Amino acid sequence: MSQTTETAEPFALSPEILAKIDKIVPRYPSKRSATLPLLHLIQDEKGFISQQAAEWVAERLELEPIKVLEVVTFYPMFQQKPIGRRHVKVCRTLSCALNGGAQICQKFKDAFNVDLNETSKDGEVTVEYVECIASCGTAPVVQIDETLHENVTEERADQLIEEIRANAKQAS
Amino acid sequence: MSAGENRILFKNIDQPGYGRDIDSYMAAGGYETLKKAVGMKPEEICSEVMDSGIRGRGGAGFPAGMKWKFLDRKSGKPIYLVCNADESEPGTFKDRQIIYKDPHQLIEGMMISAYGTQTALAFIYIRGEMYEGARILEEAIEEARAKNFLGDNILGSGYSCDLIVHRGAGAYICGEETGLIESIEGKRPYPRIKPPYFPAVLGLYMCPTIVNNVETLCHVKHVIERGGKEYAKIGKPGNTGTRIWSVSGHVQKPGYYEIECGAMTYGELINDLCGGLRPGRKLKAIIPGGSSSKVLRADERFTGKLKDGTEFDWGVGDIPLDFDSPMAAGTMSGSGAVIVMDDSTDIVGALANINAFYAHESCGQCTPCREGSLWLKKVTARMIAGEAREEDADLLKSIADQIEGRTICAHGEATAWPVQSFILKFRDEFIEYARKQAAERKAKNAQPAAVA
Ligand SMILES: Cc1cc2nc3c(=O)[nH]c(=O)nc-3n(C[C@H](O)[C@H](O)[C@H](O)COP(=O)(O)O)c2cc1C
Ligand code: SF4
Ligand code: FES
Repeated sequence: MSQTTETAEPFALSPEILAKIDKIVPRYPSKRSATLPLLHLIQDEKGFISQQAAEWVAERLELEPIKVLEVVTFYPMFQQKPIGRRHVKVCRTLSCALNGGAQICQKFKDAFNVDLNETSKDGEVTVEYVECIASCGTAPVVQIDETLHENVTEERADQLIEEIRANAKQAS
Repeated sequence: MSAGENRILFKNIDQPGYGRDIDSYMAAGGYETLKKAVGMKPEEICSEVMDSGIRGRGGAGFPAGMKWKFLDRKSGKPIYLVCNADESEPGTFKDRQIIYKDPHQLIEGMMISAYGTQTALAFIYIRGEMYEGARILEEAIEEARAKNFLGDNILGSGYSCDLIVHRGAGAYICGEETGLIESIEGKRPYPRIKPPYFPAVLGLYMCPTIVNNVETLCHVKHVIERGGKEYAKIGKPGNTGTRIWSVSGHVQKPGYYEIECGAMTYGELINDLCGGLRPGRKLKAIIPGGSSSKVLRADERFTGKLKDGTEFDWGVGDIPLDFDSPMAAGTMSGSGAVIVMDDSTDIVGALANINAFYAHESCGQCTPCREGSLWLKKVTARMIAGEAREEDADLLKSIADQIEGRTICAHGEATAWPVQSFILKFRDEFIEYARKQAAERKAKNAQPAAVA
């Protein structure tokens, strides 16, 4: 099952990911069940799920491409086009809103000069509102990439913004 | 632990020196109950769970023993066990504590449940945003596998069962058990119609399936440890055991509190355990069981008769923390998520926030839910944007009334109940809100004329 290495297609996955995929698929009673795990792995590596990626998953799991595409388009966590290198997700839901979540979101938007679901001009940061991420007791919360930040006061938001900026400068 | 708490599931959580690794867990007696369980007959496990009276902690409060009994064993098909770790009902953050801080308790509870139901393969469906949580569970599973607490021939019992962590991807509807099943099958999480798709009969891969919440499955461990009848002495008849309440919103000490069912009231939880409201603030309303439960106004009174015939006359703060009492007060304990709102809260804004959630999360299969939730959201969004009308209160209620009871899954009710209850209980405020805006609009329109 190494169809990717044989052709000179632009879409290719790292050997590590391919090895993981080969381990995951047989664990499920049905191949189709591996759709979400495969999409997660590919998004981790590529940053988003392209049409080619969806087709690759479909072929790997012996499904019609639409069966993968309908999954990609339904679940909010799958991106269909590239987003910023850093993904700022501010919780929008009630307990966070009652504790100033909207002001925190505004701070991030202002800092990177973006609207919701927009990526900053330098391609660094995407700011998004997400629904309750099950940490309402430490509201307001912000998840940056995979890390959850709790009790985000205005001062803490400033720090987080600075950290993102510092990290961007180092990277470039 | 705060005074008044009775920590059974959370006994070790947040204790100094207690880690989430298997050594910490085993030093505290972990996996001893699994050893005991595999020495019992599977039917005995099921009957202990039945005797315990334990009810589901995920939202509906259905007795776990009964659910297990409905498993279609005659079909000869493999049985699946799924732990619902989607924790997506707004206000809820209890399962997160177990997953991140004591994952082995969940694994032990699951393997006992798997053995009792003779499950062929078990799953933990964890919400996708809990990246770290999924890694923690994967690690814990490998630790448990190395000690033969799961996998092949568990503890020499001849029983084998593997456990797969399956990550969601940000959709609330995956918390609904049949949507969750579809999601594990690799599809859009469209909830299935019941009947015929009761999971215990036609669940995952059309095989008999048990779906239970994280907290429920952890309780199973304690039921087997103590014995069902002994466990049932905790709490009250029909409302046994402890429950974990997630408290958020306008309280001084939000957090999670494990309380014996019926041992405390909402008032005691908010005022004593959570340190009350912020200085100078008064209580306005409580959402008692996740954002889909019907709101309670601070000055409401509830009278009536409980199932056992005892009469009650409660203020909001007097409602006991269990399953049946919030139901008697016309709402529900749901997922145990208490959202507190003080008198600074803009009640129309709060409902607008809730409406936006349910509109975003409708899966779109049923017209009343898909369209209705969107209309509700649009009306409240227009209201908070300064275009409120007096008739909006009735409009909102009529839309909600046309969703309730007309959909495939309970997301329809989850959408309708907040609206119905907010309008019923804060009608004056909605109307006042609209009048004030109308006056402001009029003043604004009149201004240029006055200048000219
Ligand atoms: C829209 C909707 C969302 C739900 N979300 C969750 C959830 O996040 N976690 C959960 O355990 N149950 C959730 N439920 C309840 C499940 O459908 C199911 O009743 C529960 O997982 C059964 O477990 P229990 O009996 O142990 O409570 C939800 C139900 C609905 C209708
Ligand atoms: S009620 Fe709503 S969420 Fe449930 S199946 Fe229908 S459209 Fe989907
Ligand atoms: S409301 Fe923000 S984490 Fe739950």
